[in-house]
Amino acid sequence: MLRKASTRRGKLVHPLFVRVTHWINAFAAIAMLMSGLRIYNAAPLYEVRFPGELTLGGWLAGALAWHFAAMWLLLLNGFAYLGYGVFSGHFLRRILDVRPIAAYRNVKLEMKHLLLHGTGDYNIVQRVLYVLAIGDMLLLFFSGLALWKPVQLHELTKLLGGYDQARHIHFAGMAILASFIVIHGGVALAVKGTIASMVTGRLTKAYAKERQSR
Amino acid sequence: MKTRKALGGASLTDFKPQLERMERRLFLKQGLSLGALTLLSGCTLKDDDAVDRLLWAMSRWNDRVQAALFNPDKLAPSYSEADVVTPFPFNAYYEEALAPVVDGTTYRLHLSGLVEDKRGWTLQELRALPQTTQITRLVCVEGWSAVGKWTGAPFRTFLERIGADLTAKYVGFQCADKYWTSIDMPTALHPQTLLVLDFPETKYGYPVRIRMPTKLGFKNPKFVTEIFVTNDNPGGYWEKQGYNWFSGT
Repeated sequence: MLRKASTRRGKLVHPLFVRVTHWINAFAAIAMLMSGLRIYNAAPLYEVRFPGELTLGGWLAGALAWHFAAMWLLLLNGFAYLGYGVFSGHFLRRILDVRPIAAYRNVKLEMKHLLLHGTGDYNIVQRVLYVLAIGDMLLLFFSGLALWKPVQLHELTKLLGGYDQARHIHFAGMAILASFIVIHGGVALAVKGTIASMVTGRLTKAYAKERQSR
Repeated sequence: MKTRKALGGASLTDFKPQLERMERRLFLKQGLSLGALTLLSGCTLKDDDAVDRLLWAMSRWNDRVQAALFNPDKLAPSYSEADVVTPFPFNAYYEEALAPVVDGTTYRLHLSGLVEDKRGWTLQELRALPQTTQITRLVCVEGWSAVGKWTGAPFRTFLERIGADLTAKYVGFQCADKYWTSIDMPTALHPQTLLVLDFPETKYGYPVRIRMPTKLGFKNPKFVTEIFVTNDNPGGYWEKQGYNWFSGT
């Protein structure tokens, strides 16, 4: 599961394709999230309203323009990522390997090292979270489609329980995505070297050394 | 639209949203370096900067995608009388109290553009057209929706009676409240697009409004006084300010 870090320094731990799609995804998802909050504010579903500083677009029309522009970026990038993940074996090797033994070994490792990030070896918590995040974005995509075209795609809207129900689902999907981004971003910031390796694809000298000494 | 603008006697408070927006823009532009994303968050689709131009281009692209997605035979779901929302929510770019009052006895529906017979129509003449009723959902661009009941003439029938060029690209509408909007011809010919004469409340568009469940609420003009057919996209009140032109559902 966990190979010696020293042998990996200099070696690519995050493929270029994954890094590029990751950062495009991060930009598009955050743009959709922030513009979505502004759209939500126009006719809130719940008691909560979001402060303007968290939103994107300035006013409703601007937010909608952002939302429907970022949508295409997220969609194309998402297809590219999912296609790559399936056909390169990246998903099978890195993410979907949640077999009990692997999970047990991972948890055991985690007892010692807490969260190991940025090595290209995703731990079990990461794997579960990534599967959830990808599934959540698919849910956001379909509930979003149901809201965007409740007449032309009314079978989909009906499947989700109608227009209002689709709004609740889309909102819940947003809340899950926002939580994921907070956890994911928080851990990435907390574990030194993670963000650098997600940019360069390689472990930093200091990080590799630290890993080696464990 | 919940964003209301007073028609006259505008005071500073009327421009509060705009002022707040400007303040936020300045604040963001001057200081914070949360990245380009935040810096650009004040986009209004009116400024001539690169991001706005890109968003505008994407909106035009979305018009084309929606036109391709539009199925002229697909009907919007219908509801029962029990689902009808009363009172139906009022929405316009002004306060409800400022809604125009049109005299039905002297009313004329004017016609212009690519139509053979441009003579105006009285309410009685419009009532003589075959009438049909629909109970459908109006979806507002803001996200709320409400089921309503509308009765009137199929718009296609009306367009045929006036000898409209059905191969033209657009149908435009002028309203008694100075509102205007326009739609694509395929939507105008959709079986559920109605020239509505009966709706729950007169303040909701008396005497004529256009109802299309295949379009967002703001594309359903109220207090219609003039209809014209054209090949040049006439845009619309909200569309000019950045809302997507096609705005199909």
